Formats: sequence, C-alpha cells, structure tokens
Amino acid sequence: MSISVEIYKKLNNFSLSISFQSQSRRIGILGASGCGKSMTLKSIAGIVTPDEGRIEIEGRTLFDRAARIDLKPQKRNVGYLFQNYALFPTMTVEKNIAAGLKCSRKEKADRVSQMVEKFRLNGLEKRLPGQLSGGQQQRVALARIMAYEPDVILLDEPFSALDMFLKDQLQREMTDLLEDYKGTVILVSHNRDEVYRFSEELFVIDQGRISASGPTEQLFRDPVSREAARLTGCKNFSKIRKKDNHTLEAMDWGISLHIKREIPSYASYIGYRAHDFIPVWGERGSNMIRFSLESSAVLPFENNYYVRPEIGSSGSHTGGGKLDEKIKARESRRGENMSGDESAETTVLCWFVQRDREEELAKRGLPDYLAFDEDKMLFLQ
Amino acid sequence: MDEVMQILEELDWSPLFISLKTGIVATVISFFLGIFAARKVVKTTSGKKAVIDGILTLPMVLPPTVAGFFLLLLFSRRRPLGEFLFDEFGFKVVQTWLGCVIAATVIAFPLMYRNARAAMEQIDPNLVYAGRTLGMSDIQIFWKVVVPTAGPGIASGTILTFARALGEYGATSMLAGNIPGKTGTISQKIAMVIQDGDYLTAGIWVVIVMMIAFAVIFLMNLISGKKMKNVGRW
Repeated sequence: MSISVEIYKKLNNFSLSISFQSQSRRIGILGASGCGKSMTLKSIAGIVTPDEGRIEIEGRTLFDRAARIDLKPQKRNVGYLFQNYALFPTMTVEKNIAAGLKCSRKEKADRVSQMVEKFRLNGLEKRLPGQLSGGQQQRVALARIMAYEPDVILLDEPFSALDMFLKDQLQREMTDLLEDYKGTVILVSHNRDEVYRFSEELFVIDQGRISASGPTEQLFRDPVSREAARLTGCKNFSKIRKKDNHTLEAMDWGISLHIKREIPSYASYIGYRAHDFIPVWGERGSNMIRFSLESSAVLPFENNYYVRPEIGSSGSHTGGGKLDEKIKARESRRGENMSGDESAETTVLCWFVQRDREEELAKRGLPDYLAFDEDKMLFLQ
Repeated sequence: MDEVMQILEELDWSPLFISLKTGIVATVISFFLGIFAARKVVKTTSGKKAVIDGILTLPMVLPPTVAGFFLLLLFSRRRPLGEFLFDEFGFKVVQTWLGCVIAATVIAFPLMYRNARAAMEQIDPNLVYAGRTLGMSDIQIFWKVVVPTAGPGIASGTILTFARALGEYGATSMLAGNIPGKTGTISQKIAMVIQDGDYLTAGIWVVIVMMIAFAVIFLMNLISGKKMKNVGRW
C-alpha cells in the first residue's frame, strides 16, 4: 500500500498546497470546515483538477501535471463515499450497486447478490434509496463502491450529518465492513473522535496546508502545531516566555510553570487539555493556579467550568467554598474589573470534569487550586 | 342545438389533425434538441452561458409575429438559405406544412429547453461525480442518472411544449399561412371564422381546444405526481 499526493490549486479565497506520502492502510485527514480537505479528496478522485502536482497510488500515476497525465475519474479506480451518499434516486438498490459494473449480466447479478449478502441488504434489493434509512443508505453506498473493487476508498465526512446515536452505530458498522478491505482508505473529517477511532496515520490540514502529520496516537499526544492541538480537541492555549530551560511563563494564564524535562526549543505556545487539570484542595504547590469561576455548563456526562486564573498570590482568596459564593465573588470581581483590574488580562481556561470526578467536587466544593500535570503539557510552535 | 349538430356533421376536421400532427412532430424535435441544449448549457461556464441561454430563450419572449418575421427572412425563397434549401433538397418552407412545424418548434422549443435545464440544474452534482468514480461513461451517466432524475421536470416540459406547439398562431400564420387542409391549424381556423362572424363554429373549436388543454394538464399532474412520489425530496 502506498499513496503519494502532491497538489497545488488556487481556490477563491486561498490556495491549496498539499503534499503527503503514506504507507498506511487507514489514513485520516483532519481539518476545520473549508480548509481544503474535501478538495484534496476530489483531486485524488479526479473530480477536480489541480493546477500543479502529482498523484500516485500503488505506483500507478493518476495525475502528473509535468508529464501531462490526467486520468479520467472513470479510469482511476478510486471509490468515493459522499457525505450524502449520492445514491442514484431513480435506481433500485440492486441497480445502484450494479451501476458501475462492466461485465456480463450473469456476472453482474452474482456480484450484486454477493454484495447484498455482505452488506446485509437482503430484502431491500427492489427498494429505491428514498425508502431506506440513513444506515441502509450508507451500506448501499459502500456496497456500490466495493462491488467496483477500487484500489483506494475515500470517505468524505461520512458521519457529519448524522445525529449522535446513529453516528456511533454507523461508525462501528463502517469499521466492520471495511475490516477485510485490503486497499487504502482515506477518511476526511473535522471531528477528532472520528479520525482518532479510524485512522493509523493522521494529517492535519490548516488553510490549505498540512500543518502536522504522524501516527494518530502520537499526534494526539504531541501535536506540535497549534492548529493540530486545537483540532485534536485542546481548549487552552497560552503564549509563553522562556525563563530558562526548565521554567516558562504562560503569559495568558499569569503563571510560571516549572518543568523537569527540558522545554523544547521550538516552543512558543503551551497547550493544555481541559480534561487534564487536577483539582487541589488545601496546600498550594508548584504549577498550580488560583482561579475564579466565570461560568459553568452542566452536560449529561461531564461538567464544564470556565475559570479565570488569578495572577500571583495577591487579591482576595476566592478558591474553595460553595458554588453560589463563587458566583458572588465573580460578580464583585467583575465590578473591580470595570475599574481597571489588571487580572482581567488572563484568558479564561476551560476545565472539564467527568461525572466520576464530579462527585468529589459536589462533596468538597470547588477546589482551591488547579494543578498542571507536566506530562500533559503540550509544547507548541 | 340542431344548428350545432348540423355544423358538427359538416365540420371539416382537418384543422384538428393538422394541429395534432404539427404539435407532435414539433414536440419530438424540441424534446431532443431541448435536452441536448440544456445539457450543453448546464455544462458551459458562466460567461458564455448567459449569451447562449438568451438566444435559446428569445423565441419564448419575443412576440410570435416577430419570430415569424425572422423565420420569413430566413426561409423565404428569395433569401440565401431558403433558396439553398429549395434548390438543393427541394424543401419548401413558406406556405407549407413544414413551415407549420418549423414555426411551432421555434416557438415551443424554449419551454422544453428551460424546463429540462431547470430540472438538470436541480440535480445534486455529487450524483454525476459518483457515476464518474464508479466508472460510468458520461453518456451513461446522462441517460441513466441525469435524465431519469430530472424526469418529472422533463416530462412537464414536454407536455407544455406540446400544448404550446398545438396552439401556435402568430409565427405559423406568417410562415405557413392558412391554407385549408394544408396549413390551416385550429388557432387559424378560429381566427378565420370569427372574422366571418361565425361565432358558433368558433365556439365549437374553442371547446375542442379546451378539452385538449384539460387533458394535457391532467396528464402533466399525473406524470409529475406519480414520479415524485417514489423519488422523494433530496
């Protein structure tokens, strides 16, 4: 399995300049809406033509501007799963599956029944796509692609339009159905959970460029680029000033952090995931911030707290105590801010607490401090 | 009442057949030309699109007599094209049934073209892309995916085209004239008998036309209603 893509294309508001190689069977492309990830897939499939570049799959050149090679989509043998599945609305399930097959009637019928069996579409053969559920439509679309035996399958945000329950179900199904597929699959999504679950290797696209890449797990652990960190779900960022190799000042949080390992030389930002804060009651140690609660949101399985770090040790002690007291404290602080309090310059931190930890919080009240775990800090460019 | 029966008995039915024949032939020609033109226009890029679309739609917007004027300019045997057609192929357009068909086709064609185009533009482009990535040729995609999906729109366009071609008057009277039994369509017949003050005969023809019109509308609703039910909204 090998795929090598190098494309350059001028678009309306930015230019797409993507270049990557991969040997992985499951590739994820993560990027915000409108960053050019769909355009990348469409270029690979031959639906759009890049201005410059080269696309090669399994040693087969699909597109090469310099050599004037531009295979038609029909000749590329690339399967494309559209977000809306793009089933032909006037054709029955069987006809949809057989649409791209070029063989005798008998062979067609065999292949279709094989696919119907494999994708559990029995009994739906004569139905029109409009009469199927979302999950069934996805299976038909996959069956139609698989019947055609493509070298690569491209999945273009296949789960984005679905509700949460269906999404989870279809993701599991998709993983199962693609299990024994030997070729490469590329999934494009703006959803970190989807790509994390699906891909071995990950590319992060930002503004038409690949801003980070690597094995998926590693990239989530150490995203290196700020955009990658944000897309992988990191909520808290601060610009940093390095004091020495083991001390830095997180300027937006108003805190100095001491780190045992050496701070990487490229680091100019620090990121910290909202789930990784450790609540501390009582004694203040190093790498802890005192904070005041700005607002909170209660979700089914976790609570989100939005807290504002306080600079230094001066100022009224607002850690601890009951929630309504905290809110009062915040109210009074806001009044102070109006009169020009400098602490307003820190940015709000997101702190997400999952339900199992929430019990402790309910018992003991909000913690006095939030501690940073050194191993969870993300050093970013 | 007796009078009506007597007129019906003596009625020359040729206008009905000439109109139907003209309508059917003009519709068949418009059907293929319209779909072909719609496909071309949908595929072209913005700049040229407006110009081509304007030219193709013009006959619908112009007064039919103006269209008739242009057709006369084109096909008159004293003009190059008319002369060429007559000398080379023996085709006579002015004052013939062929003139009826050409006039009706020119006037009714934009209805077919515009309906087909609107229906095709509604189609999710992903359907076409999907067809391509599945290895279907563009022709296959067009006839197996695009046309059936645009089916209801194309069907109603066809019926409207037929209705318009059936009732064409202005351009037809200028190009083909009103020769009874040859180019005398229903519309021209009605105008003629009214001029003679024969309101009863005119009334009978009006009733016939209205019956055809109702049948057409009924058919149109039947087709688009039935098709749409299974396809569903996308």
